Amino acid sequence: MSETNVSTAAKTPSAEEIALIKKFLNDTTLFLGPDPEIMRRHDLMPRSEAEEAAMQVVNDVHVTAKIRDRVQAGCDEGFEMVEAMGAAPGAKWGDVITGVYTASGDLAIASAGGVLIFSTLVHHPIKFIIKNWMNDPTVGVREGDGFIHNDSRYGNVHNTDQSMILPIFWDGKLVCWVASTVHEGENGAIEPGGMPSMAETSFDEGLKMSPFRVVENYQIKRDVLTFLQNSVREPKLQFEDMKVKLYACLRIKQRVEETLRTDGPQALISTLRLTMENVRAEVVRRIREWPDMTVRTYIIQDSTLRENCVVKINCQLTKTGDRLIFDFRGSSPEFTNRATNTVLAGLKGMIAQMFLCYVWPDLPRGQAAFAPIEVVTDPNSIVDCSYDAPNSQSLMSIFTGFTAAQHAVAKFLYSCPEKYTKVHAPTFNMINTFIWGGVSQHGETLGNLCADLNGMGHGARSDSDGEPALAPIFATMADIGEQELNEEEVPFLQLVSKKMTKDAIAPGKYRGGQGYTMMVATKDSEQWGFMTVCQGAKIPPMQGLFGGYSCGAYPLCKVKGVDVYDVLLDEPHKFKHSIAEIMNEQPFEGASYTTHHMGMGFEISKRGEMFMISQGAGAGYGDLLEREPRAVIKDIEEGLISEGVAEKLYKVKFDHATLAINQDATRELRDKERKDRVRRGVPYAQFVETWNTPKPPAHLQYFGCWGDDVGTLYVGSPEITREADKPKPNYMRHPKDVRIDELEARLAELGALGDEKK
Amino acid sequence: MKVLMTEYLRIDLEKETWECRVCNHEIGPAKRNYKEGMLVHDRDPREIHPPIIDPEKYRFTFSPDPEWVRILEYYCPKCGTQVETEYAIPGHPPLYDMEVDLAALREQWSGREEVLEPVRGPEVVLGAGHGGH
Repeated sequence: MSETNVSTAAKTPSAEEIALIKKFLNDTTLFLGPDPEIMRRHDLMPRSEAEEAAMQVVNDVHVTAKIRDRVQAGCDEGFEMVEAMGAAPGAKWGDVITGVYTASGDLAIASAGGVLIFSTLVHHPIKFIIKNWMNDPTVGVREGDGFIHNDSRYGNVHNTDQSMILPIFWDGKLVCWVASTVHEGENGAIEPGGMPSMAETSFDEGLKMSPFRVVENYQIKRDVLTFLQNSVREPKLQFEDMKVKLYACLRIKQRVEETLRTDGPQALISTLRLTMENVRAEVVRRIREWPDMTVRTYIIQDSTLRENCVVKINCQLTKTGDRLIFDFRGSSPEFTNRATNTVLAGLKGMIAQMFLCYVWPDLPRGQAAFAPIEVVTDPNSIVDCSYDAPNSQSLMSIFTGFTAAQHAVAKFLYSCPEKYTKVHAPTFNMINTFIWGGVSQHGETLGNLCADLNGMGHGARSDSDGEPALAPIFATMADIGEQELNEEEVPFLQLVSKKMTKDAIAPGKYRGGQGYTMMVATKDSEQWGFMTVCQGAKIPPMQGLFGGYSCGAYPLCKVKGVDVYDVLLDEPHKFKHSIAEIMNEQPFEGASYTTHHMGMGFEISKRGEMFMISQGAGAGYGDLLEREPRAVIKDIEEGLISEGVAEKLYKVKFDHATLAINQDATRELRDKERKDRVRRGVPYAQFVETWNTPKPPAHLQYFGCWGDDVGTLYVGSPEITREADKPKPNYMRHPKDVRIDELEARLAELGALGDEKK
Repeated sequence: MKVLMTEYLRIDLEKETWECRVCNHEIGPAKRNYKEGMLVHDRDPREIHPPIIDPEKYRFTFSPDPEWVRILEYYCPKCGTQVETEYAIPGHPPLYDMEVDLAALREQWSGREEVLEPVRGPEVVLGAGHGGH
C-alpha cells in the first residue's frame, strides 16, 4: 500500500453545507451529555421576542412590583410546604429552594429562605430540557409534565439534591417554569446518605439523573418511580419527597396562574424579565463603588477525605471599573479517583449565594445577582472538574472556594461608604456532623445525616463577635433541628449535643462564633454506622481577617471497646460531658481511645461505642489585644474559653475566684506584648529571605501552584509538576496500600519478610 | 484625603502611602505591598490554638499541625498592632494581598466626602424585615 500526497486547496464550506453538517451532527448525536454551552454560562439569556413585546406593553413599576410580590409569596408558600411536609431531614431544616424561571430557563424569583446556591444551578437542567427535549418528538414538553433531575454535571451541587421542574403554559404557550429542589440525602451511592467520600469514580455516586420526565398529567409515573425507589436505600423517602416537591410546584403554579388571570401573560413575562435586568444593573452599580484593586488569598484543604494532603484553593479577585473577576487559576488539579472535586457551576453557585446571603441580602433572590460577575479557572481543576471525575464530596471544594471568595470580598468592602451588611471574617465552612445509615430500630433501611451541619459558627464582624452555631454557609435561614425528634427515627443517641467546645476558638478583637460538641453512640441496632466528611483536622480551612485568627483544627475522636450505655446504667459517674475529659482522663477501663482526621468512611458501629466531634468556629476579626477585657471574662463565664487560655492569649489579668479584672495589670500586660511583638518581629525583606522556598516542602503531598506562578501546578510532590492548562490524570493510591507499603518496608528493614515469594 | 482600607490601614492619597490607623506610622508606598513595611513573626499555630486533648497521647489534638501550617503575624513596626495574619504552608511566599490601583482610587474618591470613621453597615433589627408588621 502506498501513500500519495496530493495537495488540495482548503475549501470553506458554504452556509448550506454548514447547515447540513450541523443537522447531520444533531441527528446522529449518540449521547446528550452535559452541554458546555449551557453549563459554563451563568449570565442571563438574551431577551426573547416575547419578553421584548411584553416589556413594551407592561413596564409600570407599581404593576411589576405587585406581580413580583405575588410570585415571591407563591415561592415562599411552596418553600414552606416542602419544609413542613418533606420527609428528608434536609427538607425539614430548610435545605430547600423553590423558584419561578423564565420561559428561557433563567431563575427570575426564588424563595426568600433556603439554600440559595440552588438559585444559580437549577437553570442549567431547565435549559437542557428546553434545548433537547422541547422539540424532540420522543420526549416533548407538555402541560402537566414534570421533570426530575439530580446529576450535578447537568447543574447541581451534588447528586444528593433532587429537583422537580414543571413547565407552566397559558393559552397553549409556555410562559415560565417552576421548580423545587431539596437535599434528599440517600441516593443509592456506595455509602449511605448521598455524599460518599469513598467514591472513586462517578459510577460509585448513586443515581445519576439527567433531566427526564417523571410526571404526566400532574401524576407521578409509577413505573419510573419504582425504578428510582429500587435504586436507593430509602424508597419511601424517594416517593414522599417527589410528591412533596410536585405539590409545592403545583401550589406555585396556582399562584402564578392567579396572576395570569388578573394581569395577563405579558405582565408576568415582563415582571420576570425586568426583575432580573434591574437586579443585574444594580449589582453592576454596586461593584462600581468598590475600589479598583486585586486581592489575593488562598484556602488550604488538608485532606481528600481519604488521606491527609495539602490541596490549594487559590483565589485572586480583581475589580476594575464595573467588572469583578474571580480567578481560581493555580488551584489544585482535580483528583481522578477522589470525590472532592466540583463542577464549575457548583463553585459559581456557592459564590453567588455568598453575595445573596452575606453581601447583598437586600436584593431579590435569583440568578441575576451573580450574572455580571466573571469566574476564571483552570480546566480539569478541583474547582472545575471534568465529566469523568467523581464529585459527590464537592462541598469540600465549593465551601473552601466560598471562603476564599468571602475572605477576598471583605477586603474590598471595608472602604465602601455604602454597605448592605457588616464586613466580617469568614464563616466556618465544613459540614462537621455525622452522616449515618443502616437499619433502624423500626427495621427500616435509612441513610441520611444529622442537621448539626447547619450549626456552623459565624465569622466575627467589624464591631461584634460572631454568633456561635448560627447557620450553614449555604443557607442563612436553616435550622439545626431537634435531636430528640431525630432519635425517634434513628437507633442512636447524641449523648452530648449542642454543648460549646471549650477553647476551640478563633481569637480576635472580635472572636468567631464557636462550635459545639457532638457525641454519638449506637443503641438499638446491630446494623448501623457513621461517617464524617470534613477537612481541617491538621490545617484550619479558613483565614482570619485584619489581624484576627482562623479557627483551630477539628479531629474525630473514637472510644471503642466500651458500651457507654452500660456505663451510664451501672457507673454513671464515669461518664464525662466533654471530649477533653473523656480523651484525657480515659475513664472507661479497657476501652481504646483514638483520634483521626475527619474523613471517616462509612463505619459500622457497635452498641455503646462513642464517636465524638465538634462543630467549628467562625474566624476572628482584628487584633486580639484590642478585645475588651470584659468580653474575655464573659467568654470564660459562658464556658467558651478556659482561664489559662484567656490569660495567655488575650493578656487579661483577673482574679480567678471572682473573675474581677485588674485593668491596670491588663494594660501593662498588653503594652508589654506589643513591645514584645516589635522586638520579635522580623522586617519583611529579611523575613522572606529565610522563609520563602522555591518549591513546596518535601514532607507534604502538595497540590496546586506555589507562590504567584499559577501556570505551574505541583502534583503531590515538589518534583512533579504540570502545566496548569494541560490536564493529566491525578490518581491517588489506596490509603491502605500506602500503609501496607510502609509496614512492609519496616518489616524488610528488620529482616522479617524472610524469603516471602513476590 | 485619606481612605480607610482595613481595620488598621489607610491610604493617604496625596502622599501615596499606607499608614497605620492606630499610631499614624507611615508604613510604605501605597503602590507596593503594605506588608513590606511590616514586621513578621512565624507563629507556631499551637500557641494560638492550644491542644484540647493530650498531645503526648494523640496524633490529632484540636491544634493545627505546625509542620503543615504556620501563622504569619504582621505587626506595625511602631505600635506593635497586629495588622494582619496569614495561615501559610511552610515556605509559601507571603501574599501581596491588596494591590491597589491608586489612580483609580483617587478618581473614585474625588467625588466622595472623606470618611473619618469606618462605616460599619446596617444593624439587623428585629421587625425591620418583611415579618415586622
